[in-house]
Amino acid sequence: MTQATDPAHAADSTLGHVLYVLRANPVTMLAFGMFAFLILSAIFGPALVPYDPLATNAAAALQPPSAAHWFGTDQVGRDVFSRVIVATRLDLSISVAAVALSFVVGSILGCIAGYWGGWLDSVLNRFLDTIMAFPLFVLAMGIVAALGNTIENIIYATAIINMPFYARLVRAEVNIRRDAGFVRAAKLAGSSDIRVLATQIFPNALPPMMVQVSLNLGWAILNAAGLSFIGLGVSPPTAEWGIMVAEGANFIVSGEWWLAVFPGLWLMFAVFTFNLLGDGLRDIVDPRKRT
Amino acid sequence: MLSSHPRLRATLWRVAQSIPVVIGVVVISFLLTRALPGDPAVYFAGVAADAASIEETRVAMGLDKPLPQQFVLYVGDLMRGDLGMSLSSGRSVVDDLANRLPASLELTLTALVLAVVIAVPLGVLAATRPGTWVDHLCRVVVTAGVSLPTFFTGILLIYIFYYLMGIAPSPLGRLDFIYLSPDHVTGFYLIDAALMGDWETWRGAAKQLILPASTLALFTLAPIARMTRAAMLTALSSDFIRTARAAGLSSRTVLYRYAFRNALLPVVTTLGMVFSFALGANVLVEKVFAWPGIGSYAVEALVVSDYAAVQGFVLAMALLFVALNLVIDLLYTAIDPRIGFDAK
Amino acid sequence: MLTVKDLSVMFQTRRGPVDAVRGISFEVSKGEILGIVGESGSGKSVTSYALMRILEAGGVIKAGEAEYSGIDLRRAAERDMRDIRGREISMIFQNPRAALNPIRKVGHQIEDVLRQHARATRYDARAKAIAALEAVKIKDAEARYDAYPFELSGGMCQRIVCAIALACDPRLLIADEPTTGLDITTQKAVMDLVRDLIRERGMSSILITHDLGLAAQYCDRILVMKDGLIVEQGDPVQIFSDPQHPYSRKLVDATPRAGTGVRSLLPASERKPEPQIAVSDTPLVEVRNLVKTYAGKSGPVHAVKDISFTVFKGQCVGLVGESGCGKSTTSEILVRLMDATAGQVLFDGADIAAIPARGFARDPRRAQIQMVFQDATDSLNPRHSARQTIAEPLRRLGGMRGAKLDARIEELATLVGLPLALLSRFPHQLSGGQKARVGIARAVALEPKFLILDEPTAALDVSIQAVVLNLLVDLRAKLGLSYLFVSHDLHVVRLLCDHVIVMKDGQIVEQGATHDVMTHPQNLYTKTLLAAAPKPPERRQIRDFPHSEDTDAQHDPIHDERAS
Repeated sequence: MTQATDPAHAADSTLGHVLYVLRANPVTMLAFGMFAFLILSAIFGPALVPYDPLATNAAAALQPPSAAHWFGTDQVGRDVFSRVIVATRLDLSISVAAVALSFVVGSILGCIAGYWGGWLDSVLNRFLDTIMAFPLFVLAMGIVAALGNTIENIIYATAIINMPFYARLVRAEVNIRRDAGFVRAAKLAGSSDIRVLATQIFPNALPPMMVQVSLNLGWAILNAAGLSFIGLGVSPPTAEWGIMVAEGANFIVSGEWWLAVFPGLWLMFAVFTFNLLGDGLRDIVDPRKRT
Repeated sequence: MLSSHPRLRATLWRVAQSIPVVIGVVVISFLLTRALPGDPAVYFAGVAADAASIEETRVAMGLDKPLPQQFVLYVGDLMRGDLGMSLSSGRSVVDDLANRLPASLELTLTALVLAVVIAVPLGVLAATRPGTWVDHLCRVVVTAGVSLPTFFTGILLIYIFYYLMGIAPSPLGRLDFIYLSPDHVTGFYLIDAALMGDWETWRGAAKQLILPASTLALFTLAPIARMTRAAMLTALSSDFIRTARAAGLSSRTVLYRYAFRNALLPVVTTLGMVFSFALGANVLVEKVFAWPGIGSYAVEALVVSDYAAVQGFVLAMALLFVALNLVIDLLYTAIDPRIGFDAK
Repeated sequence: MLTVKDLSVMFQTRRGPVDAVRGISFEVSKGEILGIVGESGSGKSVTSYALMRILEAGGVIKAGEAEYSGIDLRRAAERDMRDIRGREISMIFQNPRAALNPIRKVGHQIEDVLRQHARATRYDARAKAIAALEAVKIKDAEARYDAYPFELSGGMCQRIVCAIALACDPRLLIADEPTTGLDITTQKAVMDLVRDLIRERGMSSILITHDLGLAAQYCDRILVMKDGLIVEQGDPVQIFSDPQHPYSRKLVDATPRAGTGVRSLLPASERKPEPQIAVSDTPLVEVRNLVKTYAGKSGPVHAVKDISFTVFKGQCVGLVGESGCGKSTTSEILVRLMDATAGQVLFDGADIAAIPARGFARDPRRAQIQMVFQDATDSLNPRHSARQTIAEPLRRLGGMRGAKLDARIEELATLVGLPLALLSRFPHQLSGGQKARVGIARAVALEPKFLILDEPTAALDVSIQAVVLNLLVDLRAKLGLSYLFVSHDLHVVRLLCDHVIVMKDGQIVEQGATHDVMTHPQNLYTKTLLAAAPKPPERRQIRDFPHSEDTDAQHDPIHDERAS
């Protein structure tokens, strides 16, 4: 991620550093592997799964895991494994879309507030304070309830509750560099404020933001799944981890554990991947670990 | 006079600062109420309403008036403590929320205390032994903790402790039906039962509480432990720790009186965020354990499109959170002597 | 009293083990003040941490012996070490504000030490802590007892650190760069206090510093360290007048002193004749009644209060003062990064203060006023290579592209003495001196008329400072630049500047020809500043190099004489 922004001749040392961190921390390597697996199953999963995720089969309802149905079947005989894999695409899309949206909006707001400061900064801060004054999941519930029960609204709600984190992070990163020597030097070299912001300051704020993106993706998945768990957003019979856990929860007290456990584990796996990845990226970009 | 008491001024300033936030919260919750796509009157009148009752709702709620006037009416209603009527329970939303709030608070606070009691020592331990198994354990627990969807953890715990092992009571509410709920004093069953001296009921309530509280604690543990560890590492590598060591202070004094007290400051700040997570996760946990708090109330209301109840819940949660944040910040002011001075 | 034999300290880092200290031996006798002098990375501080056994994680004493009054410091149990620290051997540190617990009253911090070493009980701790504060000459100690470090000035904080260190009457005091980061007048006050206390109590002391001049003034004996080794030891006068080791000679040369020129900072073999610079009497920059007032938290802050001065074409003007005197604000306004509250800045006769700083980037005069920044590391974008950094003004203001741009960049690199191979490197791959050269190349890229130098050498080791200062002298002659040299260091200003301005609290207290101000200061504050600067011993044979007469022919004999 850093090598993408560094010109080619820096790649040696940066790549070397990445390799060093990966070697020193096999967990991060594992996280990259898990991430690749998630991406692949989101892209190719729907084409590869053995059963139609929506096809019911009353004769094969509530079967425990077997060779034919790896994760068993649900109350109407749908294959849990196929549904879990197919759901990857939807859950990842929701979180990626939401995080991308909040990344863009948050970056712009944060840059403006951090660079120019003054009343713009005060207004933005009050605005963010107000959003953060809500317990964020509760705010997302309120937004989806008000806007209507659709996937797009889940994305908007998740984006809104994520946005303050980006705006604050960018604001802080921009603010500490606003008077840095290299920024003043760029001004002396005749760069306008916008240009200084775009070419000097923002690229330096990217590494910590990438860490935030990674951690946030996990959090966004949790939120989206949580919302559908309480019946908001995605509606049955769509294959989605949160709904599947919610539906499976009714069968847990009678011992049909596989309905809830497999989608839950998959959800956990995805969030865990992004969290590990975030930690790993932090190690890579943390300047204190670089010499 | 205030200028001679910078700390008092800082405290008052902090209290004053929550006023615009409260106003913002009210504006947003107003917008959420009126931003419903389609006709809000149709939603608030309920599923079974006919044209006449929809019109009646429209007039009753003032939805036929222009937005600014609606806002004034809305604020007026709030001042009188009127959040509207719940369609599903048929009672006023304020009464419903007030009845159910203690259950939610008891659950959330128990979970937070549990989380702090485990997470802070874990973080300190990890920071004092970086790179050892304690540190790695801390990292794994922390990462796993934030990765666990609370609703899934809850279900898993029910499966293991209720279905498989049979040691937990059935996950249905605050107290098994064989017990009588204790007299209402604080609304916290554990406290009320203890006040009555009814230890039988106390144990019953505790048994019901332990699984949902653990679920919530597992989730909130992670950010506290992570922050404690990071803050302790920062504090321990500070110059003043070197001074203290060079002056021959015992490692106990260095660790607790010097490092830990300084590390506490960022940890207390994090608690605000943790509260936000906990109150959100609370909704999910209450649904899983059929806990009769305001979270499950909101979920039930969502299912039947009982909008007044949902909006009331969102507003109540926000105000609760603003109040909690205020308490945290005042606590911070109390432990950091630098608050109120230019040098921060 | 303290005997160190073949001490080696190793650090485990991600690039493998690093030897910070490689077998050093020395002694400290009773009542002696020993100075350990070296540049960054020489292992001088690590040595002291090793003696106290407070090395950071990953650091370990690999070999050698350290004995203090019969106690084996390397092998003593941690419990015994704790009794030694603070009671037998104490330390004071650089950056005193950070060295104190920010959220504990200073009185309590002293009590902690007193009670740890059983020098006080719960009942008399307060009285004894106040006595300790009084011992370091703190007035109104009773009131200071309840203060938090953030309420005190840097100098006061260092006194508190001293009070903590001396509370239990240790017999050896290790002072690790005790005055770095303090203003020069505060530095003198703190050092005088420390010396007096040490003498009064008959203690021994180790003073660790990068400043050879400071060490020479306060120490009985000096060790010079480089790369973890002691290269030379001796008494200050001997080290200064007749350094034996090439490195200590280089260090001695590079330390600015009264009566020497800028060329003599360099090793004798590298000295070239100092260029003759003609100062014209046409004003380039005229500052008239400049005022800058900020809105502070507690009322307006008057950073610059109505100052006026002139920089003539080809002149180098020094702007001197301690932190907070307004010198940086003034330079920011002159370079048009900040707007003035009132007053004029005439550049070639036209008022540039009237043009808002935000719009000055598009002004045709932008290229003519440039700046070299204080911290070379901070002034280079970590994501830009040296080539990109130098190219920035050439592209934006010079409109250069392609081969022409490359040729100019290489020309500039040669001009500032930056090897062309380093152009593709990023800041973290460059040394401090190389970063300074990149910053200078960028500043002179467009051949500005007026260059503001904002403490360009403050963050550099003295030997690199010597090279950079000489480079600046050469550039001024070659390019016909006019300088405004902002600095806190009178010695450095004297080497470079024709004219000097002394600022205090936003006002100019004195200005005049450098030689006059330095030799016959009129203002009391200027006198204090001059008196506070460390005075290294003069060489036995005082050699003054009159600027213009400095030639190669004269250098060789000197070099030979010293080498013999």
